[in-house]
Amino acid sequence: MTPLSQLLPGQYGKLVSLSPERAVDQRLMALGLLPGMVLKLVRRAPLGDPIAVEFGGQTVSLRMAEAESLWVDVAADCPIQKPKSTL
Amino acid sequence: MSSLRHLPMVALVGNPNTGKSTLFNALTGLRQRVGNYPGVTVARKSGQCDCGEGVKVELIDLPGLYSLSAASPDEQIVIDVLSGHVAQERRPEAIVVVADATNLLRNLFIASQLAELGLPMAIVLNQADVAEKQGLKIDTDLLSKRLGGIPVVLTSAWKGEGISQVRKAIATVLKQKTLMTQMVWPVELKEAFGKIAEKVQTDTRQTPLVASLQRLLFDTAPNAAERLHWPIHQREGVIREARDQVRRAGYNPLAAEPLIHYAHLRKILDGVVSGGLARALRSAAVDRILLHRVAGPFIFTSIMLGLFASVFWLAKFPMEWIQAGVDALKGVAAPALVQYPMLQSLIADGVIAGVGAFLVFLPQILILFFFIGILEDSGYMARAAFIMDRLFSWCGLNGKSFVPLLSGFACAIPGLLSTRTIEDPKARLATAFAVPFMSCSARFPVYALMCAAFIGPLYGPGWESIVMVGMHLIGLLFAVPTAFVLTRFVLRIRPQPFVLELPRYQLPKPRDVLWRMWQNAAEFISKAGTVIFAITIIVWALCYFPQNTQLADKIRAENPTLSANEVQLRAQAAGIEQSWMGRFGKAVQPIFDPCGFDWKITVGVLASFPAREVIVSTLGITYSIGQDAEADSQDLRQAMQQAKWTEGERVGKPIFSLAAVLALMVFFALCSQCGPTIATLAQESGGWKWAAASFFYMTFLAWVMAVIVYQVVIRLT
Ligand SMILES: Nc1nc2c(ncn2[C@@H]2O[C@H](COP(=O)(O)OP(=O)(O)O)[C@@H](O)[C@H]2O)c(=O)[nH]1
Ligand SMILES: [Mg+2]
Repeated sequence: MTPLSQLLPGQYGKLVSLSPERAVDQRLMALGLLPGMVLKLVRRAPLGDPIAVEFGGQTVSLRMAEAESLWVDVAADCPIQKPKSTL
Repeated sequence: MSSLRHLPMVALVGNPNTGKSTLFNALTGLRQRVGNYPGVTVARKSGQCDCGEGVKVELIDLPGLYSLSAASPDEQIVIDVLSGHVAQERRPEAIVVVADATNLLRNLFIASQLAELGLPMAIVLNQADVAEKQGLKIDTDLLSKRLGGIPVVLTSAWKGEGISQVRKAIATVLKQKTLMTQMVWPVELKEAFGKIAEKVQTDTRQTPLVASLQRLLFDTAPNAAERLHWPIHQREGVIREARDQVRRAGYNPLAAEPLIHYAHLRKILDGVVSGGLARALRSAAVDRILLHRVAGPFIFTSIMLGLFASVFWLAKFPMEWIQAGVDALKGVAAPALVQYPMLQSLIADGVIAGVGAFLVFLPQILILFFFIGILEDSGYMARAAFIMDRLFSWCGLNGKSFVPLLSGFACAIPGLLSTRTIEDPKARLATAFAVPFMSCSARFPVYALMCAAFIGPLYGPGWESIVMVGMHLIGLLFAVPTAFVLTRFVLRIRPQPFVLELPRYQLPKPRDVLWRMWQNAAEFISKAGTVIFAITIIVWALCYFPQNTQLADKIRAENPTLSANEVQLRAQAAGIEQSWMGRFGKAVQPIFDPCGFDWKITVGVLASFPAREVIVSTLGITYSIGQDAEADSQDLRQAMQQAKWTEGERVGKPIFSLAAVLALMVFFALCSQCGPTIATLAQESGGWKWAAASFFYMTFLAWVMAVIVYQVVIRLT
């Protein structure tokens, strides 16, 4: 398990756990980021922070400090979601 | 719109950026703000919608939200409106959920939550044009059936397609009261709801909505309990117990809601959507360039420099025309009223100048909002925030603070108005507080006059430029710690996580952009405009009364050799000296004495509280150069260079010493001398509290810094 913020740009990961008591994680869950979901760190901002993360067919900007509670299993190069789960 | 109160009310609800406002405009024929930015809609927007068959409704456009857990005040408003908790507002009779057809799963989460409110509902799947381009096929009949037979309509609000079906759907919902099928909760959760319901009933004697019970169980924020007036000592134990029960059922109580809803929705959508793989590829390609590590900041800087240059230079021409128009009007009005000197002065220096005082802001506001509209609707604004966030996050602001602060260097008014694009209320207020510190173009004449008259001649053009640049940076230097302290220690607003959707790129529609530009300007005129006008009249009166009509005669009698023009200039100078403003200036001069200001500077400082650039013309009057003096007036420079203290321990020494000149500039850099800014700050922060706080804070800070500068420099020189 690695924190999401340590993925390399372009790398995929499968969300293992988040901290539901944090406001950020609540917002992300409302956006559909739930354990088991595959996500991709698309890129870092030019100054290194925040990061752009893609999941469920949307791209979202997250601050590193706010993303630290998201833990992922690095998936070697898993294509982001089959059409069915893209829904 | 009180005239619509007799009509049934229907609310548009949905995620930010789905096209609610666009749809609202199409349905009501009224136009309103359209943004490509999550959460722009804050005000209540309503309009009449004709649904055919004689059915007319009042439609309201609610702020966008992702979930009912009410993290922000905007979201709380939606929940309060929908549960009938807003004073003077009816509870809507039906909800139209607007969903983005290209991301149905996420968009239906809020619909699924809303179903628990028990209000009749229809669902609009908007952006059908994009969905089609992506090759998505949506079976609306199947979806409707799975959701309990509620109307499901596919539209493209942008192209105006499917609008009449939406009208029909609204009529159907009102007639048939179609309810979306509620999700079946696991029994453990149902029991938990029941437990809470029971206790609420005994404690508060109210029967809560199921939706409120869920908020009580799932939310960390106490908003729902506060709406029910359910005190913490009564609820704490019950809620903890209920959460324990949820936990025993194998769910984290704080994650249960989205988990269960999303699992439910995946089943609902199974077979409803097919195709669609080409999603967002184009946006990703554009992002590779616009967010590139090197090219990204470079493009960003170019765009922002372009924006700033436009606000600064393009606006210059219309501003000059407005100024010329105002002067021409004065030129016509003044001679016509020469028999009535007071009326003449009131019309020319009060009314006409007052109207000019706010008209002059319009070009900058219009231009800035034109560009903001393009940036938002194209999808770039979110990217700009993404690029800049790092520079602002440490002091409690965020990436979206950049455009307001940059605009502040041209003028604080458009800067303040553009803080509306910041969703986080805490960062929005802190940014609004920081904007007036930016060195606006009205400070420029003051620096120019002082530098040209004193710094340049004494220390050369090199130092002149250094001082000039320094003065432009000093505001920033104080704004940043101010924002830091404000967000860290003062503002008791819960900060929002900076989770920002990077929407897909899209070509902005000129009509939308122009309309939004006009709406912002109209709001500025109607709200801040009146205040600015009033302030101008008040300051005019303070400088005009009490008027001694014999002044000119007295001066002429004492100095028979003076020309008529000279007499008039001296009479003006004497007039302002004995006006309320002059007397007040003399009375409070001791306060400004430690900054090295004599009574003339003090009067200038006081008279320029409504608008700082007034200092130049006020000094013009007090130094008998005439009120038309400009920053580059040789006469005024000379008069100031020769001015000496006439009393006190500094008698015979020049008033404008290096220390006093620097102190005066620092004072102007930091002081809140702009009536329109205060009025706009009050408008944008929702009350006079923050406007007053900003005024006193900046003014006090300016005074302290001016004293420090004067006292230090006078000892060094
Ligand atoms: N392609 C497309 N764009 C749309 C449609 N409806 C709205 N938009 C755009 O989506 C963005 C957000 O629209 P807006 O009405 O402000 O969304 P709101 O935040 O839900 O009020 C704007 O740039 C609109 O021009 C549509 O049907 N198709
Ligand atoms: Mg809107």
